[in-house]
This record gives sequence, structure tokens and C-alpha cells, in this order.
Amino acid sequence: MHFVVCIKQVPEGTEVDIDPETGVLRREGADAKLNVYDTHALEAAVRLKEELGGTVTAVSMGPPQAEAVLREALMLGADSGYLLSDRVFAGADTLATSYTLAEAIRRLPPFDVIFCGMQTTDGDTAQVGPGIAELLNIPHVSYVTRIREMRAGAIAVDADTGYGIQTLRVKLPCLVTVTRAANQPRLPSYRLKQRTKDQPVTVWTSRHLAGADRSRFGLRGSPTQVERIFPPDRPTTRQMLAGTPDELSAGLIDRLREWRFL
Amino acid sequence: MDFRELTPVEIERLAAIVGPEHVLTGDHIPDDYSRDELGDLRRRPSVVVEPGSAAEISRIMAFASEHVIPVTVRGSGTGLCGGCVPERGGILLLTTRLNRILEIDTDNLTATVEPGVILLDFQEEVERLGLLYAPDPGERSATIGGNVSTNAGGMRAVKYGVTRDHVLGLEVVLPTGEIVRLGGKTVKNSSGYSLLHLVIGSEGTLGIITKIIVKLLPRPQRTVTLLVPFPSLSRAIGTVPKMIKSRYIPQSMEFMEREVMLHAEEYLGKAFPHTSAPAYLLLRFDGETREDLKQAYDRVAQICLEEGAEDVLIADTVDRQASLWDARAVLLEALKASGEMDEADVVVPPRAIAAFVDYTKELEGRFGLRIRSFGHAGDGNVHVYIMRGDLDETTWKRRKDELLRALYAKGRELGGQISGEHGIGAAKRQYLIEALEPPVLELQRRIKAAFDPLHILNPGKVI
Repeated sequence: MHFVVCIKQVPEGTEVDIDPETGVLRREGADAKLNVYDTHALEAAVRLKEELGGTVTAVSMGPPQAEAVLREALMLGADSGYLLSDRVFAGADTLATSYTLAEAIRRLPPFDVIFCGMQTTDGDTAQVGPGIAELLNIPHVSYVTRIREMRAGAIAVDADTGYGIQTLRVKLPCLVTVTRAANQPRLPSYRLKQRTKDQPVTVWTSRHLAGADRSRFGLRGSPTQVERIFPPDRPTTRQMLAGTPDELSAGLIDRLREWRFL
Repeated sequence: MDFRELTPVEIERLAAIVGPEHVLTGDHIPDDYSRDELGDLRRRPSVVVEPGSAAEISRIMAFASEHVIPVTVRGSGTGLCGGCVPERGGILLLTTRLNRILEIDTDNLTATVEPGVILLDFQEEVERLGLLYAPDPGERSATIGGNVSTNAGGMRAVKYGVTRDHVLGLEVVLPTGEIVRLGGKTVKNSSGYSLLHLVIGSEGTLGIITKIIVKLLPRPQRTVTLLVPFPSLSRAIGTVPKMIKSRYIPQSMEFMEREVMLHAEEYLGKAFPHTSAPAYLLLRFDGETREDLKQAYDRVAQICLEEGAEDVLIADTVDRQASLWDARAVLLEALKASGEMDEADVVVPPRAIAAFVDYTKELEGRFGLRIRSFGHAGDGNVHVYIMRGDLDETTWKRRKDELLRALYAKGRELGGQISGEHGIGAAKRQYLIEALEPPVLELQRRIKAAFDPLHILNPGKVI
């Protein structure tokens, strides 16, 4: 079995920090970390590898310092890491990112399942995973909450449709994007850190993707222009109820009625 | 002192002091006010008052002295030894309305708070300003007044010490009603006997705390947590002294066993990142830069591996750390949910902790009671929970008492104390009295009498 996991380095911190002047994500200064959804994607792949045998390849696109998340993937049980890093790739929207990742994955040994996190915590688009699947012309399932089993050339998963849970069997090769419900990711292992400290992370530039359409990389290949990014308004109105348990429950019921929930 | 009910006239006098809306009597007194968190001891007060100032407390105490009425102080009621249970009835005095953070003095690095301030609220406020209130007792819904009264410890004690080490000054209402100030904002103080330190940890038996000045520290910028799985609890705990010698002292060093972790998983309904090992150490480091932290945990990780750890797992993000500490935070709740139990909170010198925990295992077999323990591996404070299981009341009480005696005897033999941080209250009083050298017990009783000759403050507690 060969599992490919797409991962991304994102700014640390739960609040997205946006420059109010330019509307651009502030990345400098902020600490970077592995996108939390991707830790669940890696976990899904590593568990299947532990169950069925095979290898896990982690792939990321980003600046040279994104090597850190591939090192981390090795500490989480991935067998090898590929970093797609080239100035030509910079400024990519979700389409160009999907294209670049798909072109890289084509050049890896044949895979059975590609795992992605359902989205990243900096972009929140949830488009790259499905984008890769379309470009590779394979089936995909998004928002997977549970990996049921993998056998006889197919994987069975539960996916959150927003209205309910759908159980699907998908023929391999395919792509799956996972939610945080899919598993509890393990923590990076110090033993694996020591064991893999001399193992190189393979860096691929556009030259390694010979035959790909260069006009589809990076800013040039990105039809999307970001007009403005801003954090959503957060209504902070809150009422504190005080009193005995009886008064509290009566007060709460009153409020729920007032707001027409009851 | 015998149990004391107040007369309607006395209750009226109290209402005149605090306002009738801040007085509860009879059936209006919620059941919660007759117990604390562990709930084994129950006694209803005759009247509950909720004063709004030190001046009101002063008047209440003058009145209580005049009429020899017992007064028991209660904060959030999160204690575990019955300290806030009104054993002799009388007045239960709530500090809940005294809940203001009066000042955060960034020049002197101190904060002045009222006793009813909730620890969690205070920590959040202080941290927002880039500062740290270092004591970190596990029960963060406790009040600071309660923390001072029990000299609460917590997880950061191995590096930063306990509540006592961070209290600089107190305002206290004496049983007679006089208001006195002990200590202050100074870093140093060599001026006579430290009454301040007598009141800290006195569990409401010497005076009523109405204002607290604590020391603050600059908040470390970063933390990283290591989860270290070990093949056995003794291996895990045996590693601790070696770490302490390494000069990279974690902020917190907790130990947990697998079964307790499984309770926590079930209680939280959330998987823990690793559950296959019999025992774990949970180590949190703090520092200014990633590099500092890496250096510290690298050395400690190597020590753990040399000592037989299966691996060392690194929680370096907020999410990952939360997945560990959220589980640690509910261990007590999770155990409580699994059945009736009693607790001991013995502290031994850090070097002796492995011997002590091994001894608890031995007792399990000898007394036929299940024992779960977790606690502060770095400072030698072990929380031992004795589970009742399906024993009948008499057998449970008898076996538990014998087991506790054996446990405390072992603690003493190893150079330890009966309570590390929960206090004595009513539950451990007899064991303390038996453990103290007679002249020491006598001195303690004379100190109590010097502060409170009528024995009206929290009677039946501590000594």
C-alpha cells in the first residue's frame, strides 16, 4: 500500500492575524506549525500503514522553511517527505496549488489513497484536496469523520454531508479529506526524531516536474485574486444569569422562548 | 463547643449588618453549603451570610464573639477535607461577594485581590497583562482565599513553589472583629514573628482573610509538554530525581497510570493521544524561546530513554498540549464519577516518591481495596484515591481507616507529611493530631488559643 498525505505549514495561533491595511495574512513573525487537520490526515494514513503494511509519503508545497512540517511528518510515522519549493510556485491560489501537488503526486510511485486535511487553518477553503482529485481524475470523499476499513481494492468511510453521515465505499485509488473527528492524532515521537534526523527531505523545484504546464504554476496559474481578507464579526453580546438553580433554569427557559427556540 | 443554632433575634442582628438579602436560613440554605467537594462530611449551618466588605465581616465577628457563635468561612467549596463544613453549625460566612481584583501593580509586580476572586479569572486577567501568578492548583474554580487558607500547591510547585511562596501580605479580620494587616508589598521582611505565614494555611481557624497581596512574575513566552510512556509506574517515578538533577527543571511533572487515563478518556468522551503504556510522566517546560525549550527537553528526553521510557512524545502546539492537560485536569472528576472514594494527599521528599507509590500497591493487596493514584511527581505530593467498590458501609470505613493509617505511617517513615496541599480540615484532623510530636501539638493549640480564645473560628478543624 502506498499512502500519500498532503500537508501544509500554517501560522501558529488560533486567531488569524490579518494586516488591516493590506488585508494580507501576516505570516512573518508568527510561529509556524503543521496544519491541525493535516495531523488527522497523517494519522489516518499511518494507522492504515500499521494495519496493512506499506509506506506513507508526505508532500508539502511552500518556502524552504516548510521543511519543518515534513520533518514533523517523519516524527509522526511518515516514511519520506517531499517539499515542492520554487519561486515559480509562489502566489498560488487553490487551483494552482492543486495542480502543482497533483503533478508532483503523478511523479511518485503509484498510490492507493491520498489523504488531506479537510482544510487549512489559514486559508479555510477546503478546495485543494478535491482539486487534486479532479486533476488526477480519481474519486474523492470530503469531510470524512471515520475510516471504516480498507480491503478488496476499496476504502469504506463515513463522511459528514452537513445534513447527516453518509457511509461510502470508494474504489482505489482515491482521495479522502478528513475532519478532526476522524481520529485522535498521535504526538511527534522523539525516537523517530532521532532516527530520521539524517534522513533528507526531498526538495522538488519546477525542474523536477518536467512536462508539466509551467503557466499553471504559482501566481501565473492563479485565476483567483484575493480582494480582501477580514476576520468575521464576532457578536460578543452575552447575558449572565444569576440565582438559584431553579431561578437559573426558569431564566434560561424564558430566554429560549423569547428567541423562539421553544 | 457544642452545635449552635442561632435565635431569630440573632439572625436579625446579622441581617442588620449585611442586609436581609444576604442572609439565608432554614430551607433556603442550599444543600451545597453543608458540604465540600468530596462530600463525605455534611453539616448544615444555622445561618448563611454573604458580607460585602471587611467592615461588615468585622461587625459579624464582633457580634459572634460577644455571643460565642461559631463562624465557618467558605469560598467556592472545592476543598477535599471538609474544611468549609460548619461542623458546629452557627454562621457560614461566604466570601463570594468579595470578588474584586483590586489592583495589579505592574511596577511592584504584585496584585491585590479580595478572597472570593476565582483562581481561573485571576490567572486569565494576570496573563492578559503578560504576567504570571505562579501557583497552579488543579481546581481552578477555587477562590484565592481558599488557596491561601489551605496553602494550595498545584502543578507548578516543582519550579515555582506553593501559594505560601507567593503571598506577600494579608488583611485579616480577627475573631474579635479587629482588622489587621500582615506583611505587605515588600520583597523582604524580617520584622518580628510572621503572623502572615501562620494565617496562610490555617484553614479559617485563626482569622478571616479579607484582602490578599500576591507576587507576580513575568509570564514565560512559551511552553512545551512531553508525554513520556513508561513500562511501569516505578520506572516512571524513579526517573524523576535524575531529571531534577539535570538542571532543566520542568514547570510541572505529573505522573499518571493507564487506568486513570482511561477513566479520563471516558469522562471527557475524547481519546487521549497515547494509552497503551502502563504509566506516564507528563512534563511541561516553560521558557522564552523555542531553542531554550528544545535544549531543555532534549536533555530530559534522553534521560527518560536511558531510564527505560518507551518513547518521548512531544506536544509543541497549543492544540497538542491541550489534548494532554485537558485530560490531566479532569482526572479527579473522572475518578469521582467512577464511584465513591476517599483521598489522601501525602507528601514525601521527592527522592522517596517511588518507594511511597510502590507501598500503595502493596496496600491494595493487603486491604482488598482498589487504589488509584496520580499526582505531582516532581514535588513528592501523591494523591491517593481509595475506591469503595461494592463494600458495605462498615467494612469500607474500617478498611479505609486502617489503610490510611498505614499510609500515613509510611509517609512519616519516609520523612513526609500528612497533607501536601489539600489541608487537614476535619477529615485528616485525627491523623494529624496522632502524627504531631506532643510539644508541637501543644504549641499549635496555644497559637490557636492566642488568635481565637473562644474557639469560634471553624471549630473542630485542623488541630
